Amino acid sequence: MIRLLLKRLLQAAFVAWAVGTISFVLVRMMSSDIAFRVAAGRYGYDNVDAAAAQAVSEELGLDRPGWQLYLHWLWELANFNLGNSLVSGLPVAHEIGHLLGHSLLLAFIAILFATLIAFPVGLYAAMHANGWFDRLALFASSILRAQPVFVIGLILLLIFALQLKLLPVAGFYDIRYVVLPGIALALALAAVSNRIVRHSAFDTINSAFFRFARIKGLSYPQSLVRHGFRNMAVPVIAFMGIQLIALIEGIVMIESLFSWPGIGHGLAHAIFSRDVPMIQGTALTMGLIFVVLNLLVDIACHVIDPRGRRAA
Amino acid sequence: MTATWGGLTTGQKKGAFIILGILLFALLEAILHPVDPALQNLDNTFATPTLAEPLGTDQFGRSMLARMGDAVRLSMFLGLLCALTSACVGVALGVLAGWRQGLVDRVISFLVNVLLALPGLVLILLFAALAPGSLTMLYIAISLVLWVEYFRVVRALTRNAVASSQMQASRMLGFGTLYCFRRHVWPTIVTPVMTLAAFGTANSILALAAVGFVYVGLQPPTAELGLMMVELFPYYSDAPWVLAQPIIAVFLMIFALNLLAGRHRQ
Repeated sequence: MIRLLLKRLLQAAFVAWAVGTISFVLVRMMSSDIAFRVAAGRYGYDNVDAAAAQAVSEELGLDRPGWQLYLHWLWELANFNLGNSLVSGLPVAHEIGHLLGHSLLLAFIAILFATLIAFPVGLYAAMHANGWFDRLALFASSILRAQPVFVIGLILLLIFALQLKLLPVAGFYDIRYVVLPGIALALALAAVSNRIVRHSAFDTINSAFFRFARIKGLSYPQSLVRHGFRNMAVPVIAFMGIQLIALIEGIVMIESLFSWPGIGHGLAHAIFSRDVPMIQGTALTMGLIFVVLNLLVDIACHVIDPRGRRAA
Repeated sequence: MTATWGGLTTGQKKGAFIILGILLFALLEAILHPVDPALQNLDNTFATPTLAEPLGTDQFGRSMLARMGDAVRLSMFLGLLCALTSACVGVALGVLAGWRQGLVDRVISFLVNVLLALPGLVLILLFAALAPGSLTMLYIAISLVLWVEYFRVVRALTRNAVASSQMQASRMLGFGTLYCFRRHVWPTIVTPVMTLAAFGTANSILALAAVGFVYVGLQPPTAELGLMMVELFPYYSDAPWVLAQPIIAVFLMIFALNLLAGRHRQ
Protein backbone atom coordinates (compact mmCIF):
# COMPACT_ATOMS: atom_id res chain seq x y z
CA MET A 1 0.00 0.00 0.00
CA ILE A 2 2.81 2.40 0.94
CA ARG A 3 4.64 1.51 -2.27
CA LEU A 4 1.50 2.25 -4.27
CA LEU A 5 1.26 5.70 -2.72
CA LEU A 6 4.97 6.41 -3.25
CA LYS A 7 4.76 5.36 -6.90
CA ARG A 8 1.87 7.72 -7.56
CA LEU A 9 3.56 10.51 -5.59
CA LEU A 10 6.61 10.14 -7.83
CA GLN A 11 4.32 10.26 -10.86
CA ALA A 12 2.78 13.49 -9.55
CA ALA A 13 6.27 14.96 -9.22
CA PHE A 14 7.03 13.96 -12.84
CA VAL A 15 3.83 15.66 -13.98
CA ALA A 16 4.72 18.86 -12.17
CA TRP A 17 8.28 18.85 -13.51
CA ALA A 18 7.27 18.07 -17.11
CA VAL A 19 4.48 20.65 -17.20
CA GLY A 20 6.66 23.23 -15.44
CA THR A 21 9.53 22.73 -17.88
CA ILE A 22 7.37 22.94 -20.99
CA SER A 23 5.66 26.04 -19.64
CA PHE A 24 9.05 27.54 -18.91
CA VAL A 25 10.20 26.90 -22.47
CA LEU A 26 6.97 28.53 -23.59
CA VAL A 27 7.73 31.69 -21.66
CA ARG A 28 11.30 31.77 -22.97
CA MET A 29 10.06 31.47 -26.51
CA MET A 30 7.76 34.42 -26.08
CA SER A 31 9.10 37.17 -28.25
CA SER A 32 8.07 40.79 -27.86
CA ASP A 33 5.49 40.01 -30.49
CA ILE A 34 3.88 37.54 -28.08
CA ALA A 35 4.14 40.06 -25.26
CA PHE A 36 2.25 42.38 -27.58
CA ARG A 37 -0.44 39.75 -28.07
CA VAL A 38 -0.75 39.16 -24.34
CA ALA A 39 -1.07 42.89 -23.77
CA ALA A 40 -3.72 42.98 -26.49
CA GLY A 41 -5.60 40.17 -24.79
CA ARG A 42 -5.58 42.17 -21.58
CA TYR A 43 -6.31 45.71 -22.73
CA GLY A 44 -7.95 45.17 -26.12
CA TYR A 45 -6.25 45.62 -29.49
CA ASP A 46 -6.99 49.32 -29.74
CA ASN A 47 -5.27 50.26 -26.46
CA VAL A 48 -1.95 48.47 -27.00
CA ASP A 49 1.32 50.27 -27.70
CA ALA A 50 5.00 49.34 -27.45
CA ALA A 51 5.13 50.52 -23.83
CA ALA A 52 2.38 48.14 -22.77
CA ALA A 53 4.13 45.25 -24.54
CA GLN A 54 7.40 46.23 -22.85
CA ALA A 55 5.67 46.22 -19.45
CA VAL A 56 4.36 42.70 -20.08
CA SER A 57 7.80 41.53 -21.15
CA GLU A 58 9.33 42.96 -17.94
CA GLU A 59 6.61 41.41 -15.82
CA LEU A 60 7.49 38.00 -17.25
CA GLY A 61 11.18 38.67 -16.54
CA LEU A 62 12.32 37.95 -20.08
CA ASP A 63 15.67 39.74 -19.53
CA ARG A 64 17.18 37.58 -16.73
CA PRO A 65 19.61 34.65 -17.40
CA GLY A 66 17.91 31.38 -18.37
CA TRP A 67 18.96 28.90 -15.68
CA GLN A 68 18.16 31.37 -12.90
CA LEU A 69 14.74 31.90 -14.32
CA TYR A 70 14.22 28.13 -14.66
CA LEU A 71 15.09 27.40 -11.01
CA HIS A 72 12.94 30.27 -9.85
CA TRP A 73 10.11 28.98 -12.03
CA LEU A 74 10.29 25.46 -10.57
CA TRP A 75 10.60 26.87 -7.05
CA GLU A 76 7.42 28.87 -7.50
CA LEU A 77 5.71 25.76 -8.86
CA ALA A 78 6.89 23.66 -5.90
CA ASN A 79 5.26 26.24 -3.63
CA PHE A 80 2.03 25.99 -5.64
CA ASN A 81 2.46 29.59 -6.66
CA LEU A 82 0.95 29.47 -10.12
CA GLY A 83 0.92 33.20 -10.78
CA ASN A 84 -1.81 35.24 -12.41
CA SER A 85 -3.63 34.61 -15.64
CA LEU A 86 -2.21 36.86 -18.34
CA VAL A 87 -5.64 37.43 -19.81
CA SER A 88 -7.96 37.97 -16.86
CA GLY A 89 -5.27 39.06 -14.37
CA LEU A 90 -6.81 36.88 -11.65
CA PRO A 91 -4.74 34.28 -9.76
CA VAL A 92 -4.57 31.02 -11.72
CA ALA A 93 -5.32 29.00 -8.59
CA HIS A 94 -8.62 30.86 -8.22
CA GLU A 95 -9.59 30.29 -11.85
CA ILE A 96 -8.72 26.60 -11.63
CA GLY A 97 -10.69 26.17 -8.43
CA HIS A 98 -13.65 27.44 -10.42
CA LEU A 99 -13.04 25.06 -13.35
CA LEU A 100 -12.04 21.97 -11.40
CA GLY A 101 -15.46 21.29 -9.86
CA HIS A 102 -17.12 21.24 -13.28
CA SER A 103 -14.53 18.87 -14.72
CA LEU A 104 -14.78 16.49 -11.79
CA LEU A 105 -18.57 16.48 -12.09
CA LEU A 106 -18.30 15.64 -15.79
CA ALA A 107 -15.70 12.92 -15.15
CA PHE A 108 -17.83 11.41 -12.39
CA ILE A 109 -20.99 11.39 -14.51
CA ALA A 110 -19.11 9.90 -17.46
CA ILE A 111 -17.60 7.07 -15.38
CA LEU A 112 -20.98 6.42 -13.75
CA PHE A 113 -22.86 6.25 -17.06
CA ALA A 114 -20.09 4.20 -18.67
CA THR A 115 -20.28 1.67 -15.84
CA LEU A 116 -24.08 1.56 -16.02
CA ILE A 117 -23.88 0.86 -19.77
CA ALA A 118 -20.84 -1.42 -19.90
CA PHE A 119 -21.64 -3.81 -17.06
CA PRO A 120 -25.16 -4.91 -18.02
CA VAL A 121 -24.29 -5.06 -21.74
CA GLY A 122 -21.05 -6.96 -21.19
CA LEU A 123 -22.59 -9.33 -18.66
CA TYR A 124 -25.61 -10.15 -20.83
CA ALA A 125 -23.35 -10.63 -23.86
CA ALA A 126 -21.14 -13.01 -21.87
CA MET A 127 -24.10 -15.06 -20.61
CA HIS A 128 -25.32 -15.45 -24.18
CA ALA A 129 -21.90 -15.58 -25.81
CA ASN A 130 -21.92 -15.54 -29.63
CA GLY A 131 -25.67 -14.96 -29.65
CA TRP A 132 -27.31 -12.12 -31.55
CA PHE A 133 -26.94 -9.68 -28.65
CA ASP A 134 -23.23 -10.43 -28.30
CA ARG A 135 -22.66 -9.82 -32.00
CA LEU A 136 -24.75 -6.65 -31.94
CA ALA A 137 -22.75 -5.35 -28.96
CA LEU A 138 -19.50 -6.11 -30.80
CA PHE A 139 -20.76 -4.33 -33.91
CA ALA A 140 -21.94 -1.26 -31.98
CA SER A 141 -18.66 -1.13 -30.06
CA SER A 142 -16.62 -1.28 -33.27
CA ILE A 143 -18.65 1.54 -34.79
CA LEU A 144 -18.36 3.73 -31.68
CA ARG A 145 -14.68 2.97 -31.29
CA ALA A 146 -13.98 4.23 -34.81
CA GLN A 147 -15.26 7.73 -33.93
CA PRO A 148 -13.31 10.39 -32.17
CA VAL A 149 -15.24 11.19 -29.01
CA PHE A 150 -16.11 14.68 -30.27
CA VAL A 151 -17.94 13.18 -33.25
CA ILE A 152 -20.12 11.15 -30.88
CA GLY A 153 -20.77 14.39 -29.00
CA LEU A 154 -21.47 16.25 -32.22
CA ILE A 155 -24.02 13.68 -33.37
CA LEU A 156 -25.77 13.61 -29.98
CA LEU A 157 -25.79 17.41 -30.03
CA LEU A 158 -27.38 17.49 -33.47
CA ILE A 159 -30.05 14.95 -32.60
CA PHE A 160 -31.05 15.73 -29.02
CA ALA A 161 -30.30 19.43 -28.68
CA LEU A 162 -30.77 20.93 -32.13
CA GLN A 163 -33.36 18.67 -33.80
CA LEU A 164 -35.48 17.35 -30.91
CA LYS A 165 -34.68 20.32 -28.63
CA LEU A 166 -34.86 18.04 -25.59
CA LEU A 167 -31.64 19.14 -23.94
CA PRO A 168 -29.63 22.37 -23.79
CA VAL A 169 -26.82 22.84 -26.31
CA ALA A 170 -23.85 24.19 -24.38
CA GLY A 171 -22.63 25.89 -21.23
CA PHE A 172 -23.54 25.02 -17.67
CA TYR A 173 -26.47 26.39 -15.72
CA ASP A 174 -28.25 23.41 -14.19
CA ILE A 175 -27.99 19.65 -14.08
CA ARG A 176 -29.64 19.09 -17.47
CA TYR A 177 -26.52 20.52 -19.12
CA VAL A 178 -24.38 17.61 -17.94
CA VAL A 179 -26.49 14.95 -19.68
CA LEU A 180 -25.24 15.23 -23.26
CA PRO A 181 -21.50 15.68 -22.58
CA GLY A 182 -21.71 12.99 -19.91
CA ILE A 183 -23.37 10.49 -22.23
CA ALA A 184 -21.05 11.29 -25.15
CA LEU A 185 -18.02 10.62 -22.98
CA ALA A 186 -19.63 7.56 -21.39
CA LEU A 187 -20.45 6.02 -24.79
CA ALA A 188 -16.84 6.38 -25.89
CA LEU A 189 -15.60 4.74 -22.69
CA ALA A 190 -18.27 2.01 -22.63
CA ALA A 191 -17.58 1.09 -26.27
CA VAL A 192 -14.31 -0.45 -25.16
CA SER A 193 -15.02 -1.44 -21.58
CA ASN A 194 -18.18 -3.46 -22.33
CA ARG A 195 -16.02 -5.84 -24.36
CA ILE A 196 -13.59 -6.15 -21.47
CA VAL A 197 -16.50 -6.90 -19.12
CA ARG A 198 -17.78 -9.45 -21.60
CA HIS A 199 -14.43 -11.28 -21.87
CA SER A 200 -13.81 -11.16 -18.15
CA ALA A 201 -17.34 -12.38 -17.34
CA PHE A 202 -17.10 -15.09 -20.01
CA ASP A 203 -13.89 -16.42 -18.48
CA THR A 204 -15.39 -16.36 -15.00
CA ILE A 205 -18.65 -18.07 -15.96
CA ASN A 206 -16.75 -20.83 -17.76
CA SER A 207 -14.22 -21.33 -14.98
CA ALA A 208 -13.92 -24.43 -12.80
CA PHE A 209 -14.74 -22.60 -9.57
CA PHE A 210 -17.93 -21.18 -11.03
CA ARG A 211 -19.06 -24.62 -12.23
CA PHE A 212 -18.25 -25.99 -8.77
CA ALA A 213 -20.43 -23.32 -7.16
CA ARG A 214 -23.28 -24.40 -9.42
CA ILE A 215 -22.66 -28.12 -8.74
CA LYS A 216 -22.71 -27.66 -4.99
CA GLY A 217 -26.22 -26.33 -5.35
CA LEU A 218 -26.08 -22.52 -5.57
CA SER A 219 -28.51 -20.99 -8.03
CA TYR A 220 -27.16 -19.11 -11.03
CA PRO A 221 -27.75 -15.61 -9.56
CA GLN A 222 -26.26 -16.72 -6.24
CA SER A 223 -23.10 -18.06 -7.90
CA LEU A 224 -22.84 -14.91 -9.94
CA VAL A 225 -23.13 -12.57 -6.96
CA ARG A 226 -20.98 -14.55 -4.50
CA HIS A 227 -18.29 -15.99 -6.76
CA GLY A 228 -18.61 -14.26 -10.10
CA PHE A 229 -18.63 -10.50 -9.56
CA ARG A 230 -15.54 -10.16 -7.46
CA ASN A 231 -13.46 -12.28 -9.80
CA MET A 232 -14.60 -10.58 -12.96
CA ALA A 233 -14.18 -7.11 -11.46
CA VAL A 234 -10.38 -7.22 -11.17
CA PRO A 235 -9.43 -7.16 -14.87
CA VAL A 236 -12.24 -4.71 -15.56
CA ILE A 237 -11.09 -2.20 -12.94
CA ALA A 238 -7.45 -2.64 -13.97
CA PHE A 239 -8.54 -1.84 -17.51
CA MET A 240 -10.40 1.25 -16.31
CA GLY A 241 -7.01 2.44 -15.11
CA ILE A 242 -5.71 2.20 -18.67
CA GLN A 243 -8.86 3.90 -19.94
CA LEU A 244 -8.30 6.94 -17.73
CA ILE A 245 -6.06 8.32 -20.48
CA ALA A 246 -9.05 8.18 -22.82
CA LEU A 247 -11.18 9.83 -20.14
CA ILE A 248 -8.81 12.77 -19.68
CA GLU A 249 -8.39 13.21 -23.44
CA GLY A 250 -12.15 12.94 -23.88
CA ILE A 251 -12.68 15.64 -21.27
CA VAL A 252 -10.51 18.06 -23.26
CA MET A 253 -12.47 17.48 -26.47
CA ILE A 254 -15.97 17.19 -25.02
CA GLU A 255 -15.56 20.29 -22.86
CA SER A 256 -14.48 22.28 -25.89
CA LEU A 257 -17.42 20.99 -27.91
CA PHE A 258 -20.05 21.73 -25.26
CA SER A 259 -18.38 24.92 -23.97
CA TRP A 260 -18.25 23.17 -20.61
CA PRO A 261 -16.53 25.49 -18.12
CA GLY A 262 -13.94 22.92 -17.06
CA ILE A 263 -10.19 22.34 -17.05
CA GLY A 264 -10.02 20.91 -20.59
CA HIS A 265 -11.85 23.86 -22.07
CA GLY A 266 -9.62 26.14 -20.01
CA LEU A 267 -6.50 24.43 -21.37
CA ALA A 268 -7.59 24.73 -24.99
CA HIS A 269 -8.56 28.35 -24.42
CA ALA A 270 -5.28 29.16 -22.66
CA ILE A 271 -3.24 27.63 -25.49
CA PHE A 272 -5.23 29.59 -28.03
CA SER A 273 -4.62 32.88 -26.24
CA ARG A 274 -1.00 32.04 -25.25
CA ASP A 275 -1.80 32.47 -21.56
CA VAL A 276 1.22 30.59 -20.15
CA PRO A 277 0.36 30.59 -16.42
CA MET A 278 -3.10 29.26 -17.29
CA ILE A 279 -1.59 26.64 -19.64
CA GLN A 280 0.70 25.53 -16.83
CA GLY A 281 -2.07 25.52 -14.24
CA THR A 282 -4.64 23.66 -16.31
CA ALA A 283 -2.16 21.10 -17.71
CA LEU A 284 -0.85 20.53 -14.20
CA THR A 285 -4.37 20.01 -12.88
CA MET A 286 -5.25 17.58 -15.68
CA GLY A 287 -2.06 15.65 -14.94
CA LEU A 288 -2.83 15.56 -11.23
CA ILE A 289 -6.44 14.44 -11.80
CA PHE A 290 -4.94 11.64 -13.90
CA VAL A 291 -2.59 10.66 -11.06
CA VAL A 292 -5.31 10.76 -8.41
CA LEU A 293 -7.74 8.68 -10.49
CA ASN A 294 -4.94 6.17 -11.13
CA LEU A 295 -4.35 5.99 -7.40
CA LEU A 296 -8.08 5.32 -6.82
CA VAL A 297 -7.97 2.48 -9.36
CA ASP A 298 -4.89 1.04 -7.63
CA ILE A 299 -6.64 1.17 -4.28
CA ALA A 300 -9.82 -0.40 -5.70
CA CYS A 301 -7.79 -3.31 -7.14
CA HIS A 302 -6.00 -3.63 -3.83
CA VAL A 303 -9.27 -3.83 -1.89
CA ILE A 304 -11.06 -6.21 -4.26
CA ASP A 305 -8.22 -8.64 -4.94
CA PRO A 306 -6.29 -9.86 -1.89
CA ARG A 307 -3.99 -11.94 -4.12
CA GLY A 308 -2.01 -9.00 -5.47
CA ARG A 309 -1.35 -7.48 -2.06
CA ARG A 310 1.82 -9.35 -1.24
CA ALA A 311 3.27 -8.62 -4.67
CA ALA A 312 2.44 -4.92 -4.56
CA MET B 1 4.14 -10.61 -49.71
CA THR B 2 1.47 -13.11 -50.83
CA ALA B 3 2.17 -15.15 -47.70
CA THR B 4 1.58 -12.05 -45.55
CA TRP B 5 -1.69 -11.34 -47.35
CA GLY B 6 -2.86 -14.94 -46.90
CA GLY B 7 -2.19 -14.72 -43.16
CA LEU B 8 -4.69 -11.90 -42.70
CA THR B 9 -8.20 -12.52 -41.45
CA THR B 10 -11.25 -11.51 -43.47
CA GLY B 11 -11.72 -8.45 -41.28
CA GLN B 12 -8.13 -7.35 -41.80
CA LYS B 13 -8.51 -7.74 -45.56
CA LYS B 14 -11.64 -5.57 -45.49
CA GLY B 15 -9.71 -2.96 -43.54
CA ALA B 16 -6.85 -3.07 -46.04
CA PHE B 17 -9.30 -2.60 -48.93
CA ILE B 18 -10.92 0.44 -47.32
CA ILE B 19 -7.50 1.99 -46.66
CA LEU B 20 -6.50 1.31 -50.24
CA GLY B 21 -9.72 2.94 -51.45
CA ILE B 22 -9.09 6.05 -49.32
CA LEU B 23 -5.49 6.34 -50.52
CA LEU B 24 -6.66 5.90 -54.10
CA PHE B 25 -9.22 8.68 -53.65
CA ALA B 26 -6.59 10.98 -52.16
CA LEU B 27 -4.05 10.30 -54.92
CA LEU B 28 -6.49 10.40 -57.84
CA GLU B 29 -7.93 13.65 -56.53
CA ALA B 30 -4.44 15.16 -56.59
CA ILE B 31 -3.85 14.02 -60.17
CA LEU B 32 -7.24 14.44 -61.82
CA HIS B 33 -8.71 17.42 -59.99
CA PRO B 34 -6.20 20.28 -60.04
CA VAL B 35 -8.32 22.82 -58.14
CA ASP B 36 -6.86 25.01 -55.40
CA PRO B 37 -8.53 23.95 -52.11
CA ALA B 38 -8.26 27.55 -50.85
CA LEU B 39 -9.87 29.13 -53.94
CA GLN B 40 -13.01 30.94 -52.83
CA ASN B 41 -16.11 31.62 -54.85
CA LEU B 42 -18.58 33.53 -52.70
CA ASP B 43 -21.28 33.42 -55.39
CA ASN B 44 -21.44 29.67 -55.09
CA THR B 45 -21.54 28.77 -51.38
CA PHE B 46 -23.01 25.46 -50.24
CA ALA B 47 -23.65 24.29 -53.77
CA THR B 48 -25.31 20.88 -53.79
CA PRO B 49 -23.25 18.12 -55.41
CA THR B 50 -23.15 18.39 -59.21
CA LEU B 51 -21.08 16.77 -61.91
CA ALA B 52 -18.52 19.60 -61.76
CA GLU B 53 -18.43 19.60 -57.94
CA PRO B 54 -19.20 16.01 -56.88
CA LEU B 55 -18.98 16.89 -53.16
CA GLY B 56 -20.49 20.37 -53.29
CA THR B 57 -18.88 23.53 -51.92
CA ASP B 58 -18.37 24.93 -48.41
CA GLN B 59 -19.23 28.23 -46.73
CA PHE B 60 -16.74 30.16 -48.89
CA GLY B 61 -17.65 28.34 -52.07
CA ARG B 62 -14.44 26.32 -51.95
CA SER B 63 -14.48 22.99 -53.74
CA MET B 64 -15.15 20.30 -51.13
CA LEU B 65 -13.61 17.66 -53.40
CA ALA B 66 -10.33 19.53 -53.44
CA ARG B 67 -10.49 20.19 -49.70
CA MET B 68 -11.37 16.61 -48.80
CA GLY B 69 -8.56 15.31 -51.01
CA ASP B 70 -6.13 17.70 -49.35
CA ALA B 71 -7.33 16.88 -45.83
CA VAL B 72 -7.27 13.10 -46.34
CA ARG B 73 -3.77 13.29 -47.82
CA LEU B 74 -2.62 15.36 -44.84
CA SER B 75 -4.16 12.97 -42.30
CA MET B 76 -2.89 9.80 -43.94
CA PHE B 77 0.56 11.28 -44.51
CA LEU B 78 0.92 12.44 -40.92
CA GLY B 79 -0.56 9.20 -39.56
CA LEU B 80 1.80 6.97 -41.54
CA LEU B 81 4.81 9.19 -40.86
CA CYS B 82 4.15 9.24 -37.11
CA ALA B 83 3.55 5.49 -37.02
CA LEU B 84 6.78 4.86 -38.94
CA THR B 85 8.88 7.23 -36.82
CA SER B 86 7.54 6.00 -33.50
CA ALA B 87 7.87 2.36 -34.62
CA CYS B 88 11.53 2.86 -35.56
CA VAL B 89 12.38 4.66 -32.33
CA GLY B 90 10.28 2.37 -30.13
CA VAL B 91 11.59 -0.87 -31.66
CA ALA B 92 15.23 0.28 -31.65
CA LEU B 93 15.15 1.41 -28.02
CA GLY B 94 12.96 -1.53 -26.97
CA VAL B 95 15.39 -4.06 -28.43
CA LEU B 96 18.32 -2.18 -26.93
CA ALA B 97 16.75 -2.03 -23.46
CA GLY B 98 15.46 -5.60 -23.57
CA TRP B 99 18.76 -7.01 -24.80
CA ARG B 100 21.40 -5.00 -22.94
CA GLN B 101 19.26 -4.45 -19.81
CA GLY B 102 21.17 -2.88 -16.91
CA LEU B 103 21.84 0.86 -17.03
CA VAL B 104 20.54 1.46 -20.58
CA ASP B 105 17.26 -0.20 -19.66
CA ARG B 106 16.90 1.84 -16.48
CA VAL B 107 17.61 5.14 -18.22
CA ILE B 108 15.13 4.56 -21.05
CA SER B 109 12.49 3.15 -18.73
CA PHE B 110 12.84 6.26 -16.57
CA LEU B 111 12.27 8.41 -19.65
CA VAL B 112 9.18 6.35 -20.51
CA ASN B 113 7.78 6.83 -17.01
CA VAL B 114 8.21 10.58 -17.35
CA LEU B 115 6.30 10.52 -20.65
CA LEU B 116 3.56 8.28 -19.25
CA ALA B 117 2.97 10.61 -16.31
CA LEU B 118 0.90 12.90 -18.55
CA PRO B 119 -2.04 11.81 -20.72
CA GLY B 120 -0.93 11.82 -24.37
CA LEU B 121 -3.30 14.48 -25.66
CA VAL B 122 -2.32 16.94 -22.91
CA LEU B 123 1.33 16.52 -23.94
CA ILE B 124 0.41 17.02 -27.61
CA LEU B 125 -1.57 20.14 -26.71
CA LEU B 126 1.38 21.54 -24.73
CA PHE B 127 3.68 20.94 -27.70
CA ALA B 128 1.09 22.50 -29.99
CA ALA B 129 1.29 25.55 -27.71
CA LEU B 130 5.06 25.76 -28.31
CA ALA B 131 4.60 26.45 -32.02
CA PRO B 132 1.02 27.28 -32.98
CA GLY B 133 -0.10 26.00 -36.34
CA SER B 134 3.09 24.03 -36.96
CA LEU B 135 2.68 20.59 -38.53
CA THR B 136 6.27 19.67 -37.66
CA MET B 137 5.61 20.27 -33.98
CA LEU B 138 2.47 18.12 -34.08
CA TYR B 139 4.46 15.40 -35.84
CA ILE B 140 7.15 15.47 -33.14
CA ALA B 141 4.59 15.54 -30.31
CA ILE B 142 2.46 12.68 -31.64
CA SER B 143 5.51 10.51 -32.36
CA LEU B 144 6.85 11.27 -28.89
CA VAL B 145 3.62 9.99 -27.35
CA LEU B 146 3.34 6.94 -29.61
CA TRP B 147 6.80 5.37 -29.37
CA VAL B 148 6.30 4.51 -25.69
CA GLU B 149 3.82 1.78 -26.55
CA TYR B 150 6.18 0.06 -29.02
CA PHE B 151 8.99 0.33 -26.52
CA ARG B 152 7.09 -1.42 -23.73
CA VAL B 153 5.87 -4.29 -25.91
CA VAL B 154 9.17 -4.79 -27.75
CA ARG B 155 11.22 -4.59 -24.55
CA ALA B 156 9.16 -7.32 -22.86
CA LEU B 157 9.24 -9.59 -25.92
CA THR B 158 12.98 -9.07 -26.44
CA ARG B 159 13.71 -9.95 -22.83
CA ASN B 160 11.88 -13.25 -23.28
CA ALA B 161 13.55 -13.99 -26.61
CA VAL B 162 17.03 -13.23 -25.29
CA ALA B 163 16.47 -15.46 -22.26
CA SER B 164 15.11 -18.35 -24.36
CA SER B 165 17.12 -21.57 -24.65
CA GLN B 166 17.05 -21.39 -28.47
CA MET B 167 18.81 -18.04 -28.41
CA GLN B 168 21.34 -19.29 -25.84
CA ALA B 169 22.08 -22.20 -28.13
CA SER B 170 22.64 -19.83 -31.05
CA ARG B 171 24.95 -17.68 -28.94
CA MET B 172 26.96 -20.71 -27.84
CA LEU B 173 27.29 -21.86 -31.45
CA GLY B 174 28.97 -18.53 -32.04
CA PHE B 175 26.35 -16.74 -34.13
CA GLY B 176 26.65 -12.96 -34.09
CA THR B 177 24.32 -10.30 -32.73
CA LEU B 178 22.77 -9.53 -36.12
CA TYR B 179 21.99 -13.19 -36.80
CA CYS B 180 20.43 -13.62 -33.37
CA PHE B 181 18.32 -10.52 -33.87
CA ARG B 182 17.06 -11.66 -37.27
CA ARG B 183 16.52 -15.25 -36.20
CA HIS B 184 15.18 -14.97 -32.64
CA VAL B 185 14.08 -11.43 -31.78
CA TRP B 186 12.58 -10.06 -35.00
CA PRO B 187 10.11 -12.95 -35.61
CA THR B 188 8.61 -12.54 -32.13
CA ILE B 189 8.17 -8.77 -32.35
CA VAL B 190 7.10 -8.26 -35.96
CA THR B 191 3.39 -9.13 -35.61
CA PRO B 192 2.75 -7.08 -32.44
CA VAL B 193 4.66 -4.17 -33.99
CA MET B 194 2.47 -4.29 -37.11
CA THR B 195 -0.67 -4.31 -34.94
CA LEU B 196 0.65 -1.38 -32.94
CA ALA B 197 1.53 0.45 -36.15
CA ALA B 198 -2.06 0.19 -37.39
CA PHE B 199 -3.37 1.49 -34.04
CA GLY B 200 -0.64 4.14 -34.03
CA THR B 201 -1.68 5.44 -37.44
CA ALA B 202 -5.29 5.57 -36.28
CA ASN B 203 -4.30 7.38 -33.10
CA SER B 204 -2.22 9.95 -34.99
CA ILE B 205 -5.14 10.69 -37.30
CA LEU B 206 -7.40 11.05 -34.24
CA ALA B 207 -4.90 13.30 -32.48
CA LEU B 208 -4.53 15.58 -35.51
CA ALA B 209 -8.31 15.86 -35.85
CA ALA B 210 -8.64 16.44 -32.09
CA VAL B 211 -6.20 19.35 -31.90
CA GLY B 212 -7.81 20.79 -35.02
CA PHE B 213 -11.20 20.41 -33.40
CA VAL B 214 -10.24 22.28 -30.22
CA TYR B 215 -8.75 24.94 -32.51
CA VAL B 216 -5.13 24.81 -31.36
CA GLY B 217 -3.71 22.67 -34.17
CA LEU B 218 -3.27 23.71 -37.77
CA GLN B 219 -4.84 27.04 -38.60
CA PRO B 220 -7.29 28.01 -41.36
CA PRO B 221 -7.32 27.98 -44.35
CA THR B 222 -5.60 24.58 -44.10
CA ALA B 223 -7.94 21.77 -45.08
CA GLU B 224 -7.79 19.52 -42.02
CA LEU B 225 -10.56 17.15 -40.98
CA GLY B 226 -11.01 18.25 -37.34
CA LEU B 227 -10.79 21.92 -38.29
CA MET B 228 -13.33 21.43 -41.08
CA MET B 229 -15.78 19.94 -38.58
CA VAL B 230 -15.66 23.01 -36.32
CA GLU B 231 -15.81 25.40 -39.25
CA LEU B 232 -18.77 23.67 -40.88
CA PHE B 233 -20.69 22.88 -37.69
CA PRO B 234 -22.48 26.28 -37.52
CA TYR B 235 -23.92 25.58 -40.99
CA TYR B 236 -25.22 22.11 -40.21
CA SER B 237 -28.83 22.93 -41.07
CA ASP B 238 -27.89 24.69 -44.33
CA ALA B 239 -25.58 21.97 -45.57
CA PRO B 240 -25.58 18.74 -43.58
CA TRP B 241 -23.94 16.85 -46.45
CA VAL B 242 -20.88 19.11 -46.23
CA LEU B 243 -20.50 18.62 -42.47
CA ALA B 244 -20.93 14.87 -42.94
CA GLN B 245 -17.92 14.60 -45.26
CA PRO B 246 -15.03 15.12 -42.81
CA ILE B 247 -16.90 13.04 -40.19
CA ILE B 248 -17.30 10.12 -42.59
CA ALA B 249 -13.68 10.42 -43.72
CA VAL B 250 -12.33 10.23 -40.15
CA PHE B 251 -14.71 7.39 -39.34
CA LEU B 252 -13.69 5.34 -42.39
CA MET B 253 -9.97 5.80 -41.78
CA ILE B 254 -10.13 4.85 -38.09
CA PHE B 255 -12.57 2.00 -38.70
CA ALA B 256 -10.41 0.54 -41.48
CA LEU B 257 -7.21 0.85 -39.43
CA ASN B 258 -8.88 -0.81 -36.43
CA LEU B 259 -10.02 -3.64 -38.71
CA LEU B 260 -6.51 -3.93 -40.12
CA ALA B 261 -5.02 -4.09 -36.64
CA GLY B 262 -7.15 -7.17 -36.02
CA ARG B 263 -8.11 -8.39 -32.59
CA HIS B 264 -8.31 -5.74 -29.96
CA ARG B 265 -5.41 -5.37 -27.56
CA GLN B 266 -6.04 -7.07 -24.28
